[in-house]
Amino acid sequence: MAHQISAATVTSPLLRKVERISGQNLSLCYQCGKCSATCPLAPQMDLMPHLVIRYLQLGLEQVFDAKSYWLCATCFSCETQCPRGLDVSKVCEALRTIKLRNDLRDLKIEKPSPEMPQQGLVSAFRKLSPY
Amino acid sequence: MQSYLYFPGCSLRTVARDFEDSARASARALGLELKEMQGWLCCGAVFPNVADNVMTNAGPNRILARARAESDTLVTLCAGCHNVLKRANLQAKRNAIKQEQINEFNEERYEGGLGVLHFLEVLRDRVGFSAIREAAKMPLRGLPVGAYYGCLLLRPFEEMKLDDPHRPSVLENLLFSIGCVPVDYPSRTECCGSFLGVGAPDAMALLSRNVVQAARSHGAKLLTVSCPLCKYNLEASQKQDPAASSSSEPLPVVYFTQLLGLALGVSPEDLRLSDTQLQTIRGSVKSTVESVSQP
Repeated sequence: MAHQISAATVTSPLLRKVERISGQNLSLCYQCGKCSATCPLAPQMDLMPHLVIRYLQLGLEQVFDAKSYWLCATCFSCETQCPRGLDVSKVCEALRTIKLRNDLRDLKIEKPSPEMPQQGLVSAFRKLSPY
Repeated sequence: MQSYLYFPGCSLRTVARDFEDSARASARALGLELKEMQGWLCCGAVFPNVADNVMTNAGPNRILARARAESDTLVTLCAGCHNVLKRANLQAKRNAIKQEQINEFNEERYEGGLGVLHFLEVLRDRVGFSAIREAAKMPLRGLPVGAYYGCLLLRPFEEMKLDDPHRPSVLENLLFSIGCVPVDYPSRTECCGSFLGVGAPDAMALLSRNVVQAARSHGAKLLTVSCPLCKYNLEASQKQDPAASSSSEPLPVVYFTQLLGLALGVSPEDLRLSDTQLQTIRGSVKSTVESVSQP
């Protein structure tokens, strides 16, 4: 997938917005890929976690087209491995939050099993809705 | 009898009654009372992971404020609730500006001063595993159990500090103290899929099956957990897997408090152990003392 990188993309407000919401300084990331190596969901993602960060560093709005940030289960495996102290799960949550605050059509909650613990339902609504 | 203030949480009052009942019965057998706190509510299930969110801090902070009015220590069982309450408690200590915002939003003040402990921490640090070993009248000798930690008990490590995030041992040491043989297997701190069971059940099932298969291939006869959602995911992923059901029986999943209670002599009914779970346990416990491995 070819993307145009320019002065306009790298200075886009997206990076600063994600940094503000997530509380993470994305310029710390030097693309070692340990987050992608440890992420249990990475095999199911279309954009590896370290590439999510790279897209944001370059200001590429196409990051929103990926399904990766919807698949992040907030297990914090990346956070225990990152040599720069970044938490990619917070970045994924910021992306979900931005997306959902703009467009509620992305809310994807199907009817769960009656045995599903409340903990699972409440977590899903917290993670997959803007509230 | 020593008493600890205790927060049950939503799941323990509905689908995970087995967790709550077995924990309280085990505590009683060890001379401890878990006293339910007044006015508890849902903790929110997940700690707000983004910085610009005040509303999702409301629940945990109300709980902490009400618990503080009764005690200086609050004990939790569900790993999810524990993660939320421990981190909200730490946030109150570390971020005064945010805490003021939350307190104003809530119109109910929490200003710190509470210690949030998981029941496993009470067992390890207050009771002690040697005391549990002595109290275990009916040890589950030789029972090969896979201890499953998952995520929320251990991570984020800098905030949870319950055990080593890469090589945790608290569950294994508890299992040793009640005669079980903890099975070392590679996926014990990996994610079960968590809330993806609601939005993306196939993604969840891949992760949970990975845990079950790893534990089974390393000799575990059952898995033990501290989280109702982990238990649900580990069980549901096995039910949905046609390959596994045709080749082998599902690997039962029990709460650590059910195994503890059984070793302490609590009746299986009081621990809400199912017939299948009990059969697996009884079928794998060895009668000879020689078979017990020591840590």
